[in-house]
Amino acid sequence: MTVETLTRYRIHYQRGSELRYVGNLDMQLGWERTLRRARLPVAFSQGFNPRPRFHMASALPLGFTSNCEIFDLWLNHALDAQEVASKLQHSAPPGLLIDDAAVIPLNLPALQTLVSAAEYRAIVREMPPDLDLARAVSEILAAAELPRVWRSKPYNLRPLIFALQMDAPEGGWPVLVMRLSAREGATGRPEEVLSALGLDPTAARVTRVQLVLNETHNEL
Amino acid sequence: MNLTPEQIDVRLDKILLKVQKPGRYVGGELNQVVKPWDSVAARVALIFPDIYDLGLPNLGLAILYDQINRRADALAERAYAPWMDMEAEMRAAGIPLYALESKHKLLDFDILAFTLPYETLYTNVLNILDLAGLPIRSSDRDGTYPLVIAGGHAAFNPEPMAPFIDAFVVGEGEEVIHDIIDAYNAWKTSRQPREALWTRLARIDGVYVPRLYAVDYNPDGTPQPARKLDPAAALPVLKRIVAQLPRPVTRLLVPSVDIVHNRIAIEIMRGCTRGCRFCQAGMITRPVRERPVQEILDTIEEALNQTGFEEVALLSLSSSDYTHVGELVRAVSERFGDRKISVALPSLRIESFSVELMDGLKQLRPGGGFTLAPEAATERMREVINKPISTTQLLETAREIFAHGWTTIKLYFMIGHPEETLEDVQAIIDTCRMVLAEGRRHHGGRVKIHAGVSTFIPKAHTPFQWVSCDTVEQIRQKQSLLRGALRGAGFKLTWVAPEVTLLEAWLSRGDRRTADVIEKAWQLGAKFDAWQDQYRYELWVSAFEACGLDPYFYSHRARPLDEVLPWNHISSAVRPSFLKEEFARSRSGQLRSDCRDQCFACGILPKFNDIRVKTPAEAWKCPPVIRRRPPARPAEAAAMAAERDLP
Repeated sequence: MTVETLTRYRIHYQRGSELRYVGNLDMQLGWERTLRRARLPVAFSQGFNPRPRFHMASALPLGFTSNCEIFDLWLNHALDAQEVASKLQHSAPPGLLIDDAAVIPLNLPALQTLVSAAEYRAIVREMPPDLDLARAVSEILAAAELPRVWRSKPYNLRPLIFALQMDAPEGGWPVLVMRLSAREGATGRPEEVLSALGLDPTAARVTRVQLVLNETHNEL
Repeated sequence: MNLTPEQIDVRLDKILLKVQKPGRYVGGELNQVVKPWDSVAARVALIFPDIYDLGLPNLGLAILYDQINRRADALAERAYAPWMDMEAEMRAAGIPLYALESKHKLLDFDILAFTLPYETLYTNVLNILDLAGLPIRSSDRDGTYPLVIAGGHAAFNPEPMAPFIDAFVVGEGEEVIHDIIDAYNAWKTSRQPREALWTRLARIDGVYVPRLYAVDYNPDGTPQPARKLDPAAALPVLKRIVAQLPRPVTRLLVPSVDIVHNRIAIEIMRGCTRGCRFCQAGMITRPVRERPVQEILDTIEEALNQTGFEEVALLSLSSSDYTHVGELVRAVSERFGDRKISVALPSLRIESFSVELMDGLKQLRPGGGFTLAPEAATERMREVINKPISTTQLLETAREIFAHGWTTIKLYFMIGHPEETLEDVQAIIDTCRMVLAEGRRHHGGRVKIHAGVSTFIPKAHTPFQWVSCDTVEQIRQKQSLLRGALRGAGFKLTWVAPEVTLLEAWLSRGDRRTADVIEKAWQLGAKFDAWQDQYRYELWVSAFEACGLDPYFYSHRARPLDEVLPWNHISSAVRPSFLKEEFARSRSGQLRSDCRDQCFACGILPKFNDIRVKTPAEAWKCPPVIRRRPPARPAEAAAMAAERDLP
């Protein structure tokens, strides 16, 4: 019998197109089942209905893919991080790709509180004929305020946009890269930015490409 | 509508974010099987005619998915009914119904196979055929369309759906699906006309091809015996069974979005020996076949590893009757007690042994409440339906349940049994009150009694198939009695709206002419009839009117014992004379005991004797038939007695 050593791992992973329509709660359930299949010695919360101990960094909006998701996991034994990563990959559902796993200190703050910004890349697969996208981008950046309504609540989108620019076209379609606030209670939504630009958000393919944690602060 | 999978994908992209739960419509789940489209001869789309959430956990389809995909020459994919919002988007975007695995439209498949576990799915079948771009009537589909087949419990009266379905499977699907695919492949290679396919299919045991039979009607509207139009057609069509339960599926689909029954379902036993006279499942799933304990344990282990599901359900019609149920519970608890899963063992008998069993699973959190199904509350009613459980036994069991710490008991009753009076309904109330009082002695005000009271429908192939349903007035009267009394602290009552019961009665007791009503109702907008908030009674009434048929002819008429029933040409292997005998016994209040101990010659054994003799006794639970010896002559008997008495 091995001695129990509570160990915390930070796992970086990608979410492919198979998981585009999986919401945050469902993803949580998906992780629970992946952990069960992997037969890892997952630590459970105390209480009447014990839950496996893990945190997901930040909810990914429905319809998006991502290559920068982060997940913290607590195990009751100190396993080799590579072994954890490969067991997870072996049990993962289609579309979930584990990049790496590393042991991190138990006392780091909760993952959700660390996320400050998220960077998205949107391929605009349908262009309104009379829209000058470059101009729309600079207009938005120049605006002092961007009043919008989300779920019948008015708010100002502008301070949530940290950066917005056009990238090299892909497959003939324009590409936008944006860095948006991702703090709790101040989350910028890429589909809102696309709408503000005069685009149809459902026609864009959006990928989350970076989650900015508090300790890092890269510029675009 | 002639779209490629890629084109369907592109169009889907544009609409999926506009609908609720888009994850239902994209496939890609863990354990999904995607075979190269051109690598096989036969492509089968398995269809559950309701939404993904209800269809995905369907065990029958899971078995067929596994069976078909194991073949090198065939593939199986899945389709479900899109919810209203998705249907509207699909129709607007010109997207035909497609299969989730490859996104091929259903029209591209060779065989569309529907499961029909209950009758209120019928309009959804028509809607799905239409969404897929098929004419809904078989007679309007030529050889360019896929073969449309259906099976499931409702197929035991296939007539209301006969004009829409090319071939029905009567009985169990595990083996017959292979025969159907073989016949289809052989026909395809032969390049014979489509008529040859009907003959090939009709030669398969358990397959009913409606177009090969004609049904005429008497002036009074009752059917005449079905006539076969092709020598290959069987009359009657005998249901198909498997001699031994095949190994259960462990590679179950794991949905990426949350659905109702996310669990590993394992059939521990098929069939039931109790012979409750109202129970269609108990009559049509005979004989009882059991699975070995070891196989169940191995299945749980393997399925847990393959799915990561947190719940296991050990299913059967009467789990207490599973021969090794005690051993099973002990072994499951021992082996999986630390896996943080829950294990459900529903359908337990009303006896203290059931409490012991549930207690044995306690470590495995077997759900919240404890469910018992007395079905009737007076001795007389219990004799009529052949479910003899005394109220004393019920109360003793309830006491045990409460004493073991449970605070909620669900009690299932049925109103509308033949010969039922208001006193019998009052007894349901009295029984619930006694159980509540018993519970309060243990747990005070925390006790909850949930009474689920459904309404009896005389189903095909049961001893009650000749009787009439209660009238709507009778049902309302009985329900209002229950609603008036089972209210307030401690009680929760659920019941079925009489209009819902009527529809189920019409559809399950209908004949071929009922098909016109189903088509009309669908044209008027009926779909998702199984959803209480979607079901529109008035549409059905107008559909009957438009077709010139009287709905009460089907539901509210005691049929004479010699009347030809619409399902007479379908045989469950239970002899009609056995059903009549049981019906007569119900009238005189005579019970029939468990046929596990003694054979009452229901008809199963002679029909399936060839496979019975090849099956080990522990897998097939009919007792050996002992020929009764002629009674000993008095002189001999006296001599034998004298011999015994010698010192």
